[in-house]
Order: sequence, then C-alpha cells, then structure tokens
Amino acid sequence: MPNTLYDKIWNDHLVDQQADGTALLFVDRHLVHEVTSPQAFEGLRNSNRKVRHPKLTLAVADHNVPTTDRSKGISDKESKIQVDTLEANCKEFGIKLFGMGDKRQGIVHIIGPEQGFTQPGTVIVCGDSHTATHGAFGSLAFGIGTSEVEHVLATQTLVQKKAKNLRINVEGKLPLGVTSKDVILQIIGKIGTAGGTGFVIEYAGDLIRSLSVEQRMTICNMTIEGGARAGLIAPDEKIFKYLEGKPMSPKGKNWENALEYWRNLKSDDGAKFDKEVNLKAEEILPMITWGTSPQDVITIDGKIPNPQNEKNEDKKNSLERALNYMGLKPNMAAKDIKIDKVFIGSCTNGRIEDLREAAKILKNKKIASHVHAMVVPGSGLVKEQAEQEGLDKIFVNSGFEWREPGCSMCLAMNADKLKPEERCASTSNRNFEGRQGRGGRTHLVSPGMAAAAAISGSLDDVRKYQN
Amino acid sequence: MQKFSTLKSIPAYLPIVNIDTDMIIPKQFLKTIKRTGLGKNLFFEMRYDDKGKEINEFVLNKTPFNKSKILIAGKNFGCGSSREHAPWALLDFGITCVISSSFADIFHNNCFKNGILPIILNDDKIKELSEYANRKEEIFVDLNEEKVIYGNNEVRFKVDPFKKQCLLEGLDDIALSLNKSKKIESFEKDLKSQKPWIFND
Repeated sequence: MPNTLYDKIWNDHLVDQQADGTALLFVDRHLVHEVTSPQAFEGLRNSNRKVRHPKLTLAVADHNVPTTDRSKGISDKESKIQVDTLEANCKEFGIKLFGMGDKRQGIVHIIGPEQGFTQPGTVIVCGDSHTATHGAFGSLAFGIGTSEVEHVLATQTLVQKKAKNLRINVEGKLPLGVTSKDVILQIIGKIGTAGGTGFVIEYAGDLIRSLSVEQRMTICNMTIEGGARAGLIAPDEKIFKYLEGKPMSPKGKNWENALEYWRNLKSDDGAKFDKEVNLKAEEILPMITWGTSPQDVITIDGKIPNPQNEKNEDKKNSLERALNYMGLKPNMAAKDIKIDKVFIGSCTNGRIEDLREAAKILKNKKIASHVHAMVVPGSGLVKEQAEQEGLDKIFVNSGFEWREPGCSMCLAMNADKLKPEERCASTSNRNFEGRQGRGGRTHLVSPGMAAAAAISGSLDDVRKYQN
Repeated sequence: MQKFSTLKSIPAYLPIVNIDTDMIIPKQFLKTIKRTGLGKNLFFEMRYDDKGKEINEFVLNKTPFNKSKILIAGKNFGCGSSREHAPWALLDFGITCVISSSFADIFHNNCFKNGILPIILNDDKIKELSEYANRKEEIFVDLNEEKVIYGNNEVRFKVDPFKKQCLLEGLDDIALSLNKSKKIESFEKDLKSQKPWIFND
C-alpha cells in the first residue's frame, strides 16, 4: 500500500501499538530548554529515574536570556533561577548544554539544524510548540508538554495516537518581494487557526521544492498556528548539502548509509491524504496580520475587515474584540497603520537569510525617527555570520539595535517587551493578546516587510523598496 | 496523578473563541520551576487590571463562578504554545473539566496528564449548558458513563479509551511505558544495527 512520508516515519518508530491504536513511538532527538523542563527533571528525581539517552538530548537556554550585554549575567531573579536550574539539571543528568556564554547558544529550533542534530526521517520533540520547524528536514517534529518531556527523558519514547494526513500543495513561482513567511500566513488565513487540528501537514508542490532550507523552516515553523502539531517537507539534495559536515551530522560510512536512507523519504505515488489544499504561488502577496489570531491576515494592499459584514454572531464578536484590542477601525487601509516598534528575529525569521533579506531593504536607508527597532539573531552562529557579512553595520547605520541571540520579544519573557498599546511590526509567529507584552499590538510580517515598516514608520509594501 | 471520575459544579462560561495558552497563563508566570501556585494567575490579563486589582465583571472573579470546577468556553480552546502551565493553572484554580466544541491538540493532551477532563460537545449543546452557568445551576459530569447530566437532560461525549482509563485510575504513564522496557530495548537494538548514526556514536 502506498504510504505518505508521515506514515513511513511513524511506522519506522513504532515500539508498540495497543489494540485501540495507542502507540509507543521512539524519539530520536529531544531538545530541551529552560522553561518547560524544570518540572520534568524534578519528576525524574522524585521517582528516582534516569535520562535513558542523554546523547539523544540537547539543551539550550533561549526564552529567558537577556539580549543585551551578558557579561554581568541575568539580572531578573526568576529568569536566572530558571537558567541556572537548566544548567544544574544538565550537569546532573549528563546532557549536553549550550550555555549563555557559548557561541553555539541560540533559539532551540535554530541550533538543532545548525548543529546537524536535526536529521531527516527522525522523530524530534521539544517542550515547545514551534518544534515543527524541524519538519523542514523531513523529520516528524512536534511540540510536547512538560509531562511528556519527563516521559521522553525517562523512556526515550512517547505515547501517541496517529494523526490524519493533510497535504498542502503550493505550485508556481512567488512574485518579487513575496517570501515563505507570506506563504505560510496565506495558508493559515485559508485553513484557519484550527484547520490543521488532528492532522500532520506535508507541504508539497514545485514552489515548496524551489525554496531554500531556511525558507522551508519558516513554513514548517508556523504549522502550529494552523492547528497542526507537525508539518514536514520531503528532504532533497538541498537538505543533504545543508547537513553535510555539520558538527552532529553523521560522518564517513554513517553519512553514506544515512544518505541512502534519506533519499527514500518521500510520499509514495498514490498515497492517501485525508485532505488536500491547493494554492497558487503567483496569487500570494505580501501579507500582514491585523488582529489577535494568526488567521487574521490581509494583504498589504488590503483593508481592515468590518464586523458589520459578518453574519455569524460568534465571528462578529470575535472580530470586534480583536479590533478593539488592536486599536483599529473597520475599513482602514493596512498601509495607514502607524507602528512604534519593529522586531526582527525568532525561530520563525531569525536565521541568516532572514537577516540578509531585511538588510537588503535597509541598506543606505534610515528608519523613521519615531520607530524603535531591534534585530535579535537566532543564534550566536547566525550573529557571527551576519557580522562577517557586515549586516550588523547595515542594521546599526539604519537605526536598528543589534542584539544578542534568544527568543526575546517573540514572547517577551525577558526584558524585551511592548508597553500597553505599543504597536509592533514583528517577524515572529504569534499576535495573541499580550503576547509581546501586556496590551501590546503585534502585526506579523516577513523580514523584508518589517524593514519596510521601519523605514516608512507605518506598515508598508516591501515591493516599494525592491531594486 | 489525581483521579477523575465524576464532578458536580456550577459551570463558568467564557464565550470567547480561540482562547490561547498565552491568555490562560501569560509568559511572566512561566518562570516558575514548580507545577503549583499558578491558579491565582489563571487568565491574568482578563482577571486583573493594570494595578493588579480584580476586574469584577470577569466571570471567574464573580460568585459562585470563583468556585467553578467546570469551565465552558468557545471553540479551539488552548491553541498556541505547548506550555503545560496552562492546565496547571486551571487545576490550581480548581477547574478539572473544560467543555468546548474543539480543543488544540497539545493542550488537549496536556489535560489528560494532569487529571483534567476536556469534553468536546457541539455548539448547540454548549449553548444549552451555558444556560446553566447563566442560571447558576449545577451540572454533573460522569466520565465512566461518558455523559454530562443537566436538569432532566443528558448528553454523551466521547473520550479516548486509554486516556479514560488513565484518568479514572490516576495512572502514571511513565510507569506504564517502562513496563514495556523489553520492547524499547529490542527496538533500540534494531535501530543501532539499521541506523547507527542516530546514536551519534
């Protein structure tokens, strides 16, 4: 019987399956960070259990770390306790950790691929919903809760039920200035924030195949915003080339054998998908979110929706609530939305290509005088690479702040946050109420669109700044 | 884990769709290294004003809903982040059952690990049950029978049989999985010979 890529990875990791379909799945790679792990390690200690495979586990502190000068450590007491706790736990249980002073430190979903820890055909989990990022490598990667983190640490397996298969095909070529961020925002707008609930998504089609490895990560990253826990893309030569020679990639004979296995990782012809969605790349435009759910998308040429046009009472109420929170009026043009802050970074758009894309727009330009803008590279290695290319100078000369790596204002657990009613063009992944700070207003955009907004001082069309 | 079998309570009704885990428990409370103590910060931004004073109109600040053990909410409850702090905060507040027309996958899973029963019912039934919140009347949840009883009516719900058993008996699923150690070992042995690169050796 023809199988989907998800079916194949699932079948390859089945340790046990009960009659009711409840399965025990082997986990090849476990990423750990400071926020969702302390209670899991505590649970292990209380039950006198060990970490089954410390070498299949990699830890990093990313959510709480300051993005300004780190020479004096973390000043926030609670953040410091959490980061110190991770360090102590990793030491006690023998887990490799990239500490705050390590240049390999960065956002967990950026360092996995960077180190070659992320590999095709593996099952990858992390106590973080954006784990789907790793699906760009053709792995089954998804976020888990802390109890499950403890379960994986203790058993290297996870209790799971199989999800359904959803394939999203994107065919054609993207217009100038349109990026993979716009593609995924468009997809979420189309299927809705719960459209993928109960599914694993495979992204396919010639547009997806034409994307670079990093662009694919942006798409898979936001899969959870469409309700699906995991999104993946069949691996190809671009992926293999990216992984070759990475510190934790297979070497020598192992590399040859791995390649042979990886090359067969694709959905069979005639494999059954429970649902399919089709998009034409040519029709995708630069997108923004206007509301408080990632499904609230319009194009940069668009207008804010009017609740009066909505017949469904629940939807109408929800539109009104979002407009009220965002401080926006119905029918207002997207380009008339004035912004206070710009944030470029996060596991969605904090990689080198994202920084290049923004820097290209900002070169020899200044940001609007009322705008406060910052770039937070996704990892120490991204930061180093960007500095070698002189991107940091472009950002700083235009008026951006150049920061240290971490999650930063994507979720505002550290000092980087919006004040009430401050409005931000952000390359992150969630525009929820309060996400970037209590009362803060988030508009999700691509890195190029964030740069354009910084220059104009309002949300603006990146195509205006394309050469 | 705390067992769940039956529950009787006046439900609290929060008629908002897409309630995300950032709303349930905002990030500033994720800095804890404990599972307990989060109840006072449940729905923090809707529950307290800028000065930290309770907002009287918010349902969970009103009597008798400040003692509700059942929460009824709009569709796609628990979307967003995987933070288990969301169910921990509900549990610490005293809510052990959430009723909605749909749940986000990770949150749904996290509930079962903490003795919380998420119940999926259609929108019409949600509307009927929300009347009991409005009238401040109790409803009764029976997990074993898989039904909610309200007044002289009842509605059946479905729950995964394995998850149901774990809730009813309060089972530790790590212990259950460790009972399968032989199978895990045999899987690992095969993996080492077939895909040795997985072990970073």
